[in-house]
Amino acid sequence: MLKKTLEIKSPRNAYGEALVELGAINKNIVALDADLSCSTQTCKFHKAYPDRFFNSGIAEQDMMCTAAGLATEGKIPFVSTFAMFATARCLDQIRNSICYPRLNVKIVATHGGVTVGEDGASHQALEDISYMRSIPDMCVIVPADYNEVKQVIKYASEIYGPVYIRIARTNLKTVFDENEYKFTPERAVKICEGSDVTIVTNGEMLCEVISCAQMLKDKGISAEVLHTPVIKPFLAGGDVIESAKKTGVVVTVENHSIIGGLGSAVCEVLSQNLPTRVLRIGTPDCFGQSGEQRALLDFYGLTDKKLCETIGRYLELK
Amino acid sequence: MQLEKFNSSVRCNILKMIHAARSGHPGGSLSCVEILSVLYNKIMFVPKEWKNSPEFEKRDRFILSKGHASAALYAVLAQKGFFPVDELLSFRKLGSRLQGHPSTRSALEGIEVSTGSLGQGLSIAVGVALALKLNNSNSKVYALLGDGEMQEGSVWEALMSASHKKLNNLIIVIDKNKLQIDGNTDDVKSLEPLDKKLEAFGWDVVEVDGHNENELENAFIEAKKSTKPFAVIANTIKGKGVSFMENNAGWHGKAPNDDELKLALEELNA
Repeated sequence: MLKKTLEIKSPRNAYGEALVELGAINKNIVALDADLSCSTQTCKFHKAYPDRFFNSGIAEQDMMCTAAGLATEGKIPFVSTFAMFATARCLDQIRNSICYPRLNVKIVATHGGVTVGEDGASHQALEDISYMRSIPDMCVIVPADYNEVKQVIKYASEIYGPVYIRIARTNLKTVFDENEYKFTPERAVKICEGSDVTIVTNGEMLCEVISCAQMLKDKGISAEVLHTPVIKPFLAGGDVIESAKKTGVVVTVENHSIIGGLGSAVCEVLSQNLPTRVLRIGTPDCFGQSGEQRALLDFYGLTDKKLCETIGRYLELK
Repeated sequence: MQLEKFNSSVRCNILKMIHAARSGHPGGSLSCVEILSVLYNKIMFVPKEWKNSPEFEKRDRFILSKGHASAALYAVLAQKGFFPVDELLSFRKLGSRLQGHPSTRSALEGIEVSTGSLGQGLSIAVGVALALKLNNSNSKVYALLGDGEMQEGSVWEALMSASHKKLNNLIIVIDKNKLQIDGNTDDVKSLEPLDKKLEAFGWDVVEVDGHNENELENAFIEAKKSTKPFAVIANTIKGKGVSFMENNAGWHGKAPNDDELKLALEELNA
Protein backbone atom coordinates (compact mmCIF):
# COMPACT_ATOMS: atom_id res chain seq x y z
CA MET A 1 0.00 0.00 0.00
CA LEU A 2 2.79 2.44 0.91
CA LYS A 3 5.23 3.63 -1.70
CA LYS A 4 8.67 2.06 -1.40
CA THR A 5 10.71 4.65 -3.31
CA LEU A 6 10.98 8.35 -2.53
CA GLU A 7 9.14 10.52 -5.00
CA ILE A 8 8.01 14.14 -4.62
CA LYS A 9 4.98 15.17 -6.65
CA SER A 10 2.45 17.99 -6.77
CA PRO A 11 -1.03 17.13 -5.51
CA ARG A 12 -2.34 20.07 -7.52
CA ASN A 13 -1.03 18.47 -10.70
CA ALA A 14 -2.83 15.30 -9.68
CA TYR A 15 -6.06 17.30 -9.56
CA GLY A 16 -5.53 18.90 -12.96
CA GLU A 17 -4.61 15.58 -14.55
CA ALA A 18 -7.48 13.69 -12.93
CA LEU A 19 -9.96 16.29 -14.13
CA VAL A 20 -8.76 15.95 -17.72
CA GLU A 21 -8.97 12.15 -17.53
CA LEU A 22 -12.48 12.24 -16.06
CA GLY A 23 -13.61 14.90 -18.50
CA ALA A 24 -12.92 12.51 -21.37
CA ILE A 25 -15.15 9.85 -19.85
CA ASN A 26 -17.97 12.04 -18.55
CA LYS A 27 -19.08 14.90 -20.78
CA ASN A 28 -21.20 16.35 -17.99
CA ILE A 29 -18.09 17.37 -16.08
CA VAL A 30 -17.41 21.11 -16.32
CA ALA A 31 -14.82 23.23 -14.51
CA LEU A 32 -14.91 26.74 -13.10
CA ASP A 33 -12.13 28.91 -11.76
CA ALA A 34 -11.69 32.46 -10.51
CA ASP A 35 -8.53 33.64 -12.26
CA LEU A 36 -6.29 31.10 -10.53
CA SER A 37 -6.47 28.28 -13.04
CA CYS A 38 -2.68 27.98 -13.33
CA SER A 39 -2.34 27.70 -9.56
CA THR A 40 -5.21 25.27 -9.10
CA GLN A 41 -4.30 23.43 -12.31
CA THR A 42 -7.78 23.62 -13.82
CA CYS A 43 -5.90 25.23 -16.74
CA LYS A 44 -5.29 21.66 -17.93
CA PHE A 45 -9.04 21.10 -18.23
CA HIS A 46 -9.43 24.49 -19.92
CA LYS A 47 -6.89 23.48 -22.56
CA ALA A 48 -8.48 20.07 -23.13
CA TYR A 49 -12.15 21.14 -23.15
CA PRO A 50 -12.37 24.91 -23.71
CA ASP A 51 -16.16 24.84 -24.15
CA ARG A 52 -16.65 23.20 -20.74
CA PHE A 53 -14.42 25.58 -18.77
CA PHE A 54 -15.75 28.83 -17.31
CA ASN A 55 -13.53 31.50 -15.83
CA SER A 56 -15.58 33.76 -13.57
CA GLY A 57 -12.79 36.25 -13.25
CA ILE A 58 -12.08 37.44 -9.72
CA ALA A 59 -15.68 36.89 -8.64
CA GLU A 60 -15.85 33.81 -6.44
CA GLN A 61 -19.42 34.29 -5.23
CA ASP A 62 -20.68 34.53 -8.80
CA MET A 63 -18.65 31.41 -9.61
CA MET A 64 -20.21 29.33 -6.81
CA CYS A 65 -23.78 30.18 -7.80
CA THR A 66 -22.99 29.72 -11.49
CA ALA A 67 -21.81 26.23 -10.56
CA ALA A 68 -25.10 25.74 -8.72
CA GLY A 69 -27.00 26.69 -11.87
CA LEU A 70 -24.93 24.31 -14.01
CA ALA A 71 -25.54 21.51 -11.49
CA THR A 72 -29.28 22.27 -11.52
CA GLU A 73 -29.19 21.30 -15.20
CA GLY A 74 -27.34 18.04 -14.58
CA LYS A 75 -23.74 19.15 -15.09
CA ILE A 76 -21.04 18.11 -12.61
CA PRO A 77 -19.14 21.32 -11.87
CA PHE A 78 -15.65 21.22 -10.34
CA VAL A 79 -15.09 24.66 -8.82
CA SER A 80 -11.62 25.78 -7.86
CA THR A 81 -9.78 28.65 -6.26
CA PHE A 82 -7.68 29.03 -3.10
CA ALA A 83 -9.25 27.54 0.05
CA MET A 84 -9.47 30.99 1.63
CA PHE A 85 -11.63 32.46 -1.11
CA ALA A 86 -13.56 29.28 -1.89
CA THR A 87 -14.89 28.99 1.66
CA ALA A 88 -14.80 32.16 3.71
CA ARG A 89 -15.86 34.43 0.89
CA CYS A 90 -18.53 32.11 -0.48
CA LEU A 91 -19.96 30.60 2.68
CA ASP A 92 -23.50 31.89 2.08
CA GLN A 93 -23.45 30.83 -1.57
CA ILE A 94 -22.20 27.35 -0.68
CA ARG A 95 -24.70 26.95 2.13
CA ASN A 96 -27.82 28.36 0.51
CA SER A 97 -27.32 27.77 -3.21
CA ILE A 98 -25.30 24.52 -3.23
CA CYS A 99 -25.84 22.49 -0.05
CA TYR A 100 -29.42 23.50 0.82
CA PRO A 101 -30.66 22.32 -2.61
CA ARG A 102 -28.13 19.44 -2.34
CA LEU A 103 -26.56 20.09 -5.72
CA ASN A 104 -23.84 18.00 -7.32
CA VAL A 105 -21.07 20.59 -7.02
CA LYS A 106 -17.46 19.65 -6.24
CA ILE A 107 -15.41 22.39 -4.64
CA VAL A 108 -11.72 21.62 -5.00
CA ALA A 109 -9.75 24.22 -3.07
CA THR A 110 -5.99 24.46 -3.21
CA HIS A 111 -3.59 26.36 -0.95
CA GLY A 112 -5.10 25.24 2.37
CA GLY A 113 -3.19 25.72 5.62
CA VAL A 114 -0.12 27.69 6.71
CA THR A 115 1.99 26.19 3.91
CA VAL A 116 0.63 28.81 1.51
CA GLY A 117 3.77 30.45 2.88
CA GLU A 118 4.98 33.94 2.07
CA ASP A 119 1.57 35.36 1.09
CA GLY A 120 0.71 35.34 4.78
CA ALA A 121 -2.43 35.23 6.88
CA SER A 122 -4.82 36.76 4.32
CA HIS A 123 -4.22 33.76 2.05
CA GLN A 124 -3.77 30.97 4.62
CA ALA A 125 -7.09 29.19 5.14
CA LEU A 126 -6.97 27.77 8.68
CA GLU A 127 -10.72 27.59 9.22
CA ASP A 128 -11.99 26.27 5.87
CA ILE A 129 -12.60 22.72 7.07
CA SER A 130 -14.46 24.03 10.09
CA TYR A 131 -16.76 26.10 7.86
CA MET A 132 -17.41 23.29 5.40
CA ARG A 133 -17.87 20.61 8.04
CA SER A 134 -20.69 22.55 9.69
CA ILE A 135 -22.89 22.74 6.58
CA PRO A 136 -25.49 19.94 6.33
CA ASP A 137 -24.90 17.43 3.50
CA MET A 138 -21.40 18.65 2.72
CA CYS A 139 -18.79 15.90 2.35
CA VAL A 140 -15.26 17.02 3.35
CA ILE A 141 -12.10 15.27 2.13
CA VAL A 142 -8.45 16.12 2.78
CA PRO A 143 -6.27 13.78 0.69
CA ALA A 144 -2.61 13.26 1.54
CA ASP A 145 -0.62 12.91 -1.65
CA TYR A 146 -0.56 12.88 -5.43
CA ASN A 147 -1.90 9.34 -5.80
CA GLU A 148 -4.65 9.79 -3.28
CA VAL A 149 -5.78 13.09 -4.82
CA LYS A 150 -6.26 11.30 -8.15
CA GLN A 151 -8.52 8.69 -6.57
CA VAL A 152 -10.42 11.23 -4.47
CA ILE A 153 -11.24 13.39 -7.51
CA LYS A 154 -12.55 10.32 -9.31
CA TYR A 155 -14.58 9.32 -6.25
CA ALA A 156 -16.08 12.82 -6.00
CA SER A 157 -17.12 12.71 -9.65
CA GLU A 158 -18.93 9.41 -9.08
CA ILE A 159 -20.95 10.21 -5.95
CA TYR A 160 -23.93 12.57 -5.98
CA GLY A 161 -23.92 15.66 -3.80
CA PRO A 162 -21.72 18.51 -2.68
CA VAL A 163 -18.09 17.74 -1.83
CA TYR A 164 -15.30 19.94 -0.48
CA ILE A 165 -11.78 18.74 -1.23
CA ARG A 166 -8.79 20.55 0.24
CA ILE A 167 -5.46 20.26 -1.53
CA ALA A 168 -2.14 21.59 -0.30
CA ARG A 169 0.02 24.00 -2.23
CA THR A 170 3.10 22.02 -1.23
CA ASN A 171 4.79 19.43 -3.39
CA LEU A 172 4.72 16.33 -1.21
CA LYS A 173 6.38 12.99 -0.75
CA THR A 174 4.22 10.35 -2.37
CA VAL A 175 3.06 8.12 0.47
CA PHE A 176 0.74 5.73 -1.34
CA ASP A 177 1.60 3.29 -4.12
CA GLU A 178 -0.46 4.11 -7.22
CA ASN A 179 -1.30 0.44 -7.85
CA GLU A 180 -1.68 -1.02 -4.38
CA TYR A 181 -3.48 1.78 -2.54
CA LYS A 182 -7.25 1.93 -2.73
CA PHE A 183 -9.06 4.99 -1.31
CA THR A 184 -11.80 3.77 1.04
CA PRO A 185 -13.91 6.70 2.27
CA GLU A 186 -15.49 4.98 5.26
CA ARG A 187 -12.25 3.68 6.77
CA ALA A 188 -9.15 5.06 8.43
CA VAL A 189 -5.94 3.98 6.73
CA LYS A 190 -3.68 2.32 9.29
CA ILE A 191 -0.21 3.47 8.30
CA CYS A 192 1.55 1.68 11.15
CA GLU A 193 0.57 -0.38 14.20
CA GLY A 194 1.34 0.88 17.68
CA SER A 195 0.34 0.47 21.29
CA ASP A 196 1.26 3.64 23.23
CA VAL A 197 -0.58 6.39 21.34
CA THR A 198 -2.94 6.81 18.36
CA ILE A 199 -2.03 9.66 16.01
CA VAL A 200 -4.84 10.67 13.65
CA THR A 201 -4.00 12.92 10.73
CA ASN A 202 -4.65 13.66 7.06
CA GLY A 203 -3.61 15.88 4.18
CA GLU A 204 -0.06 17.10 3.93
CA MET A 205 0.55 16.38 7.62
CA LEU A 206 0.64 12.64 6.92
CA CYS A 207 4.29 12.78 5.71
CA GLU A 208 5.33 14.63 8.86
CA VAL A 209 3.44 12.23 11.11
CA ILE A 210 4.96 9.13 9.47
CA SER A 211 8.40 10.58 10.05
CA CYS A 212 7.42 11.62 13.59
CA ALA A 213 6.27 8.06 14.37
CA GLN A 214 9.73 6.80 13.43
CA MET A 215 11.32 9.39 15.76
CA LEU A 216 8.97 8.36 18.58
CA LYS A 217 9.92 4.74 17.98
CA ASP A 218 13.57 5.67 18.46
CA LYS A 219 12.55 7.13 21.83
CA GLY A 220 10.80 3.88 22.72
CA ILE A 221 7.25 5.11 22.05
CA SER A 222 5.04 2.93 19.87
CA ALA A 223 2.66 5.11 17.84
CA GLU A 224 -0.27 3.89 15.78
CA VAL A 225 -0.80 6.23 12.82
CA LEU A 226 -4.25 6.58 11.27
CA HIS A 227 -4.91 8.61 8.13
CA THR A 228 -8.54 9.75 7.84
CA PRO A 229 -8.97 11.63 4.55
CA VAL A 230 -12.76 11.91 4.86
CA ILE A 231 -13.58 14.17 7.81
CA LYS A 232 -17.28 14.30 7.00
CA PRO A 233 -19.16 12.07 7.15
CA PHE A 234 -16.63 10.81 9.71
CA LEU A 235 -17.29 7.12 9.21
CA ALA A 236 -13.61 6.45 9.93
CA GLY A 237 -14.47 7.36 13.52
CA GLY A 238 -15.14 3.66 14.20
CA ASP A 239 -11.52 2.82 13.39
CA VAL A 240 -10.34 5.69 15.61
CA ILE A 241 -12.40 4.29 18.51
CA GLU A 242 -10.94 0.81 18.01
CA SER A 243 -7.41 2.18 18.02
CA ALA A 244 -8.10 4.36 21.09
CA LYS A 245 -9.36 1.29 22.97
CA LYS A 246 -5.92 -0.21 22.49
CA THR A 247 -3.70 2.83 23.11
CA GLY A 248 -5.84 4.86 25.52
CA VAL A 249 -4.57 8.22 24.28
CA VAL A 250 -5.10 10.08 21.00
CA VAL A 251 -3.29 12.92 19.23
CA THR A 252 -4.68 14.69 16.17
CA VAL A 253 -2.43 16.56 13.74
CA GLU A 254 -3.74 18.94 11.07
CA ASN A 255 -2.62 21.94 9.05
CA HIS A 256 -5.70 23.85 10.25
CA SER A 257 -7.08 25.48 13.36
CA ILE A 258 -7.58 23.13 16.29
CA ILE A 259 -11.17 24.43 16.33
CA GLY A 260 -13.65 22.71 14.04
CA GLY A 261 -11.43 20.48 11.94
CA LEU A 262 -10.08 16.95 12.26
CA GLY A 263 -9.32 17.36 15.96
CA SER A 264 -12.90 18.35 16.66
CA ALA A 265 -14.28 15.48 14.58
CA VAL A 266 -12.16 13.00 16.54
CA CYS A 267 -13.19 14.54 19.88
CA GLU A 268 -16.86 14.42 18.91
CA VAL A 269 -16.77 10.73 18.11
CA LEU A 270 -14.64 9.79 21.13
CA SER A 271 -16.53 11.86 23.71
CA GLN A 272 -19.74 10.12 22.77
CA ASN A 273 -18.41 6.58 22.48
CA LEU A 274 -15.15 6.22 24.37
CA PRO A 275 -14.10 9.25 26.45
CA THR A 276 -10.36 9.44 25.83
CA ARG A 277 -7.62 12.00 26.40
CA VAL A 278 -7.05 13.87 23.13
CA LEU A 279 -4.29 16.32 22.27
CA ARG A 280 -5.21 18.44 19.26
CA ILE A 281 -2.22 19.75 17.33
CA GLY A 282 -2.82 22.43 14.70
CA THR A 283 -2.84 26.21 14.67
CA PRO A 284 -4.03 27.40 18.09
CA ASP A 285 -6.96 29.76 17.32
CA CYS A 286 -4.74 32.30 15.59
CA PHE A 287 -4.06 33.85 12.21
CA GLY A 288 -1.06 32.73 10.19
CA GLN A 289 1.82 34.89 8.96
CA SER A 290 4.38 35.18 6.18
CA GLY A 291 7.34 32.85 6.02
CA GLU A 292 8.88 29.95 4.17
CA GLN A 293 6.86 26.75 4.25
CA ARG A 294 9.24 24.80 6.52
CA ALA A 295 9.75 27.81 8.77
CA LEU A 296 5.99 28.14 9.23
CA LEU A 297 5.48 24.44 9.90
CA ASP A 298 8.26 24.67 12.49
CA PHE A 299 6.80 27.81 14.08
CA TYR A 300 3.39 26.18 14.49
CA GLY A 301 4.89 22.93 15.75
CA LEU A 302 3.88 20.90 12.70
CA THR A 303 7.24 19.45 11.59
CA ASP A 304 8.11 15.85 12.37
CA LYS A 305 10.64 16.96 15.02
CA LYS A 306 8.30 19.40 16.75
CA LEU A 307 5.46 16.87 16.68
CA CYS A 308 7.75 14.28 18.26
CA GLU A 309 8.70 16.68 21.07
CA THR A 310 5.11 17.77 21.72
CA ILE A 311 3.69 14.25 21.69
CA GLY A 312 6.54 12.96 23.85
CA ARG A 313 5.86 15.64 26.47
CA TYR A 314 2.11 14.96 26.39
CA LEU A 315 2.59 11.25 26.97
CA GLU A 316 4.78 11.96 30.00
CA LEU A 317 1.74 13.66 31.60
CA LYS A 318 -0.17 10.37 31.49
CA MET B 1 -56.43 37.13 -23.00
CA GLN B 2 -57.11 39.57 -20.21
CA LEU B 3 -55.55 38.59 -16.94
CA GLU B 4 -57.40 40.90 -14.53
CA LYS B 5 -59.41 38.09 -12.97
CA PHE B 6 -56.37 35.84 -12.72
CA ASN B 7 -54.31 38.60 -11.12
CA SER B 8 -57.01 39.60 -8.69
CA SER B 9 -57.40 36.00 -7.57
CA VAL B 10 -53.62 35.70 -7.14
CA ARG B 11 -53.58 38.84 -4.99
CA CYS B 12 -56.41 37.52 -2.80
CA ASN B 13 -54.56 34.23 -2.32
CA ILE B 14 -51.30 36.01 -1.45
CA LEU B 15 -53.07 37.89 1.32
CA LYS B 16 -54.97 34.83 2.59
CA MET B 17 -51.73 32.84 2.71
CA ILE B 18 -49.78 35.49 4.57
CA HIS B 19 -52.73 36.07 6.93
CA ALA B 20 -53.00 32.34 7.67
CA ALA B 21 -49.24 32.06 8.23
CA ARG B 22 -49.23 35.26 10.29
CA SER B 23 -46.02 36.08 8.45
CA GLY B 24 -44.71 36.73 4.97
CA HIS B 25 -44.01 39.54 2.55
CA PRO B 26 -47.13 41.16 1.07
CA GLY B 27 -45.55 44.34 -0.36
CA GLY B 28 -43.02 42.74 -2.72
CA SER B 29 -45.40 39.89 -3.57
CA LEU B 30 -48.19 42.22 -4.68
CA SER B 31 -45.78 44.33 -6.74
CA CYS B 32 -44.77 41.43 -9.02
CA VAL B 33 -48.16 39.82 -9.72
CA GLU B 34 -48.50 41.15 -13.29
CA ILE B 35 -44.88 40.23 -14.07
CA LEU B 36 -45.40 36.61 -12.98
CA SER B 37 -48.84 36.48 -14.53
CA VAL B 38 -47.64 37.59 -17.97
CA LEU B 39 -44.67 35.22 -17.84
CA TYR B 40 -46.73 32.18 -16.86
CA ASN B 41 -49.80 32.97 -18.97
CA LYS B 42 -48.30 34.44 -22.11
CA ILE B 43 -44.53 34.07 -22.40
CA MET B 44 -42.98 30.99 -20.87
CA PHE B 45 -43.52 27.37 -21.79
CA VAL B 46 -43.67 25.45 -18.50
CA PRO B 47 -45.79 22.27 -18.38
CA LYS B 48 -47.91 22.09 -15.25
CA GLU B 49 -47.38 18.30 -15.18
CA TRP B 50 -43.83 19.33 -14.31
CA LYS B 51 -41.42 16.37 -14.19
CA ASN B 52 -44.14 14.02 -15.43
CA SER B 53 -44.38 15.90 -18.69
CA PRO B 54 -42.56 14.45 -21.74
CA GLU B 55 -41.83 18.07 -22.65
CA PHE B 56 -40.23 18.86 -19.29
CA GLU B 57 -36.71 19.40 -20.64
CA LYS B 58 -38.02 21.87 -23.20
CA ARG B 59 -39.51 24.16 -20.56
CA ASP B 60 -38.37 27.70 -19.97
CA ARG B 61 -36.71 28.15 -16.59
CA PHE B 62 -37.89 30.63 -13.99
CA ILE B 63 -35.80 31.71 -11.01
CA LEU B 64 -37.28 33.85 -8.26
CA SER B 65 -34.13 35.60 -7.11
CA LYS B 66 -36.20 37.81 -4.77
CA GLY B 67 -37.25 34.69 -2.89
CA HIS B 68 -39.28 36.61 -0.32
CA ALA B 69 -41.97 37.05 -2.98
CA SER B 70 -42.60 33.32 -2.63
CA ALA B 71 -46.29 33.86 -1.86
CA ALA B 72 -46.80 35.42 -5.28
CA LEU B 73 -45.00 32.60 -7.09
CA TYR B 74 -46.87 29.89 -5.14
CA ALA B 75 -50.22 31.58 -5.79
CA VAL B 76 -49.51 31.81 -9.53
CA LEU B 77 -48.28 28.21 -9.74
CA ALA B 78 -51.33 26.89 -7.87
CA GLN B 79 -53.70 28.87 -10.04
CA LYS B 80 -51.95 27.51 -13.14
CA GLY B 81 -52.56 23.98 -11.84
CA PHE B 82 -49.04 22.96 -10.79
CA PHE B 83 -50.37 21.87 -7.39
CA PRO B 84 -53.73 22.15 -5.57
CA VAL B 85 -54.89 25.63 -4.60
CA ASP B 86 -55.84 24.18 -1.19
CA GLU B 87 -52.17 23.64 -0.43
CA LEU B 88 -51.57 27.41 -0.45
CA LEU B 89 -52.88 27.76 3.08
CA SER B 90 -50.07 25.53 4.41
CA PHE B 91 -47.64 28.34 3.46
CA ARG B 92 -44.84 28.77 6.04
CA LYS B 93 -46.29 26.11 8.37
CA LEU B 94 -44.38 23.17 9.82
CA GLY B 95 -44.04 20.36 7.26
CA SER B 96 -45.32 22.43 4.34
CA ARG B 97 -43.90 22.17 0.83
CA LEU B 98 -44.48 25.92 0.64
CA GLN B 99 -41.43 27.03 2.59
CA GLY B 100 -41.00 30.67 3.61
CA HIS B 101 -38.58 31.05 0.72
CA PRO B 102 -38.65 28.65 -2.26
CA SER B 103 -36.80 25.38 -1.72
CA THR B 104 -36.18 22.47 -4.06
CA ARG B 105 -35.92 20.20 -1.00
CA SER B 106 -39.68 20.14 -0.67
CA ALA B 107 -40.10 19.06 -4.31
CA LEU B 108 -42.86 21.55 -5.02
CA GLU B 109 -43.91 21.43 -8.66
CA GLY B 110 -42.69 24.54 -10.48
CA ILE B 111 -39.75 25.40 -8.21
CA GLU B 112 -36.45 25.29 -10.12
CA VAL B 113 -33.97 26.46 -7.47
CA SER B 114 -33.73 27.40 -3.81
CA THR B 115 -33.54 31.13 -3.17
CA GLY B 116 -34.00 33.53 -0.30
CA SER B 117 -30.52 34.83 0.40
CA LEU B 118 -30.51 37.83 -1.91
CA GLY B 119 -28.05 38.37 -4.74
CA GLN B 120 -27.59 34.73 -5.70
CA GLY B 121 -30.40 34.00 -8.18
CA LEU B 122 -28.85 35.81 -11.12
CA SER B 123 -25.57 33.88 -10.86
CA ILE B 124 -27.59 30.66 -10.69
CA ALA B 125 -29.49 31.80 -13.78
CA VAL B 126 -26.15 32.38 -15.54
CA GLY B 127 -25.17 28.78 -14.73
CA VAL B 128 -28.49 27.46 -16.01
CA ALA B 129 -28.17 29.54 -19.18
CA LEU B 130 -24.63 28.21 -19.77
CA ALA B 131 -25.84 24.63 -19.32
CA LEU B 132 -28.70 25.19 -21.77
CA LYS B 133 -26.23 26.52 -24.34
CA LEU B 134 -23.96 23.49 -23.82
CA ASN B 135 -26.99 21.27 -24.40
CA ASN B 136 -28.04 23.20 -27.53
CA SER B 137 -31.38 23.93 -25.88
CA ASN B 138 -33.66 26.69 -27.13
CA SER B 139 -35.21 27.25 -23.71
CA LYS B 140 -34.91 30.67 -22.09
CA VAL B 141 -34.02 31.50 -18.50
CA TYR B 142 -36.07 34.16 -16.72
CA ALA B 143 -35.03 35.58 -13.37
CA LEU B 144 -36.96 38.05 -11.23
CA LEU B 145 -34.92 40.36 -9.01
CA GLY B 146 -35.92 43.07 -6.59
CA ASP B 147 -34.59 46.59 -7.03
CA GLY B 148 -33.28 46.56 -3.46
CA GLU B 149 -31.57 43.29 -4.27
CA MET B 150 -29.52 45.12 -6.92
CA GLN B 151 -27.52 46.56 -4.01
CA GLU B 152 -25.89 43.13 -3.57
CA GLY B 153 -22.46 43.22 -5.22
CA SER B 154 -22.68 39.67 -6.51
CA VAL B 155 -25.58 40.72 -8.77
CA TRP B 156 -23.14 42.95 -10.64
CA GLU B 157 -20.61 40.13 -10.88
CA ALA B 158 -23.34 38.07 -12.54
CA LEU B 159 -24.37 40.93 -14.84
CA MET B 160 -20.75 41.06 -16.06
CA SER B 161 -20.64 37.29 -16.51
CA ALA B 162 -23.85 37.21 -18.56
CA SER B 163 -22.73 39.81 -21.08
CA HIS B 164 -19.17 38.46 -21.24
CA LYS B 165 -20.57 35.02 -22.01
CA LYS B 166 -23.09 36.47 -24.49
CA LEU B 167 -26.06 34.83 -22.81
CA ASN B 168 -28.87 35.94 -25.09
CA ASN B 169 -31.01 33.16 -23.57
CA LEU B 170 -31.12 35.04 -20.25
CA ILE B 171 -33.85 37.56 -19.45
CA ILE B 172 -34.21 39.33 -16.13
CA VAL B 173 -36.99 41.44 -14.72
CA ILE B 174 -36.24 43.97 -12.04
CA ASP B 175 -39.32 44.55 -9.89
CA LYS B 176 -38.63 48.20 -9.25
CA ASN B 177 -41.05 49.01 -6.45
CA LYS B 178 -38.63 51.60 -5.07
CA LEU B 179 -38.95 50.51 -1.45
CA GLN B 180 -36.92 48.30 0.81
CA ILE B 181 -37.23 47.45 4.50
CA ASP B 182 -35.57 50.61 5.75
CA GLY B 183 -37.38 52.96 3.37
CA ASN B 184 -36.96 54.43 -0.10
CA THR B 185 -34.33 52.67 -2.18
CA ASP B 186 -33.17 56.11 -3.30
CA ASP B 187 -32.52 57.06 0.34
CA VAL B 188 -31.00 53.78 1.53
CA LYS B 189 -28.63 53.38 -1.42
CA SER B 190 -29.59 54.74 -4.79
CA LEU B 191 -29.31 52.53 -7.86
CA GLU B 192 -29.76 55.32 -10.37
CA PRO B 193 -29.30 55.56 -13.24
CA LEU B 194 -30.17 51.85 -13.28
CA ASP B 195 -30.90 51.61 -17.01
CA LYS B 196 -27.59 53.22 -17.94
CA LYS B 197 -25.69 51.01 -15.51
CA LEU B 198 -27.21 47.88 -17.02
CA GLU B 199 -26.45 49.12 -20.54
CA ALA B 200 -22.88 49.87 -19.51
CA PHE B 201 -22.65 46.27 -18.28
CA GLY B 202 -23.51 45.07 -21.79
CA TRP B 203 -27.23 44.38 -21.44
CA ASP B 204 -30.17 45.37 -23.60
CA VAL B 205 -32.64 47.24 -21.40
CA VAL B 206 -36.27 48.33 -21.64
CA GLU B 207 -38.29 50.09 -18.98
CA VAL B 208 -42.00 49.38 -18.64
CA ASP B 209 -44.98 49.90 -16.36
CA GLY B 210 -44.78 46.67 -14.38
CA HIS B 211 -48.54 46.55 -13.91
CA ASN B 212 -49.32 46.94 -17.61
CA GLU B 213 -49.70 43.54 -19.24
CA ASN B 214 -49.25 44.76 -22.79
CA GLU B 215 -46.06 46.65 -22.03
CA LEU B 216 -44.67 43.62 -20.21
CA GLU B 217 -45.63 41.24 -22.99
CA ASN B 218 -44.10 43.44 -25.68
CA ALA B 219 -40.89 43.76 -23.66
CA PHE B 220 -40.59 39.98 -23.36
CA ILE B 221 -41.26 39.49 -27.07
CA GLU B 222 -38.44 41.93 -27.79
CA ALA B 223 -36.23 40.23 -25.20
CA LYS B 224 -36.58 36.85 -26.89
CA LYS B 225 -35.13 38.30 -30.10
CA SER B 226 -32.21 40.06 -28.44
CA THR B 227 -28.64 39.11 -29.21
CA LYS B 228 -27.60 40.16 -25.70
CA PRO B 229 -28.81 39.32 -22.20
CA PHE B 230 -31.93 41.35 -21.65
CA ALA B 231 -33.19 43.33 -18.66
CA VAL B 232 -36.76 44.52 -18.20
CA ILE B 233 -36.97 47.28 -15.61
CA ALA B 234 -40.55 47.02 -14.38
CA ASN B 235 -41.74 50.11 -12.54
CA THR B 236 -44.14 48.83 -9.92
CA ILE B 237 -45.96 49.83 -6.77
CA LYS B 238 -45.08 47.97 -3.63
CA GLY B 239 -48.30 46.56 -2.13
CA LYS B 240 -50.15 47.13 -5.46
CA GLY B 241 -53.91 46.57 -5.29
CA VAL B 242 -54.45 47.19 -1.58
CA SER B 243 -54.79 50.91 -0.88
CA PHE B 244 -53.34 50.91 2.62
CA MET B 245 -50.38 48.73 1.61
CA GLU B 246 -49.39 50.66 -1.52
CA ASN B 247 -46.08 52.52 -1.38
CA ASN B 248 -45.67 51.69 2.30
CA ALA B 249 -42.38 50.08 3.33
CA GLY B 250 -44.05 48.97 6.57
CA TRP B 251 -45.85 46.24 4.57
CA HIS B 252 -42.62 44.67 3.35
CA GLY B 253 -42.69 41.83 5.83
CA LYS B 254 -45.88 42.12 7.88
CA ALA B 255 -49.02 39.98 7.87
CA PRO B 256 -52.48 41.59 7.75
CA ASN B 257 -54.71 40.98 10.78
CA ASP B 258 -58.31 39.77 10.41
CA ASP B 259 -59.77 43.25 9.83
CA GLU B 260 -57.02 44.25 7.42
CA LEU B 261 -57.48 41.06 5.42
CA LYS B 262 -61.23 41.66 5.19
CA LEU B 263 -60.69 45.21 4.00
CA ALA B 264 -58.05 44.16 1.47
CA LEU B 265 -60.19 41.38 0.01
CA GLU B 266 -63.15 43.76 -0.30
CA GLU B 267 -60.98 46.17 -2.28
CA LEU B 268 -59.63 43.44 -4.53
CA ASN B 269 -63.05 41.93 -5.19
CA ALA B 270 -64.72 45.30 -5.81
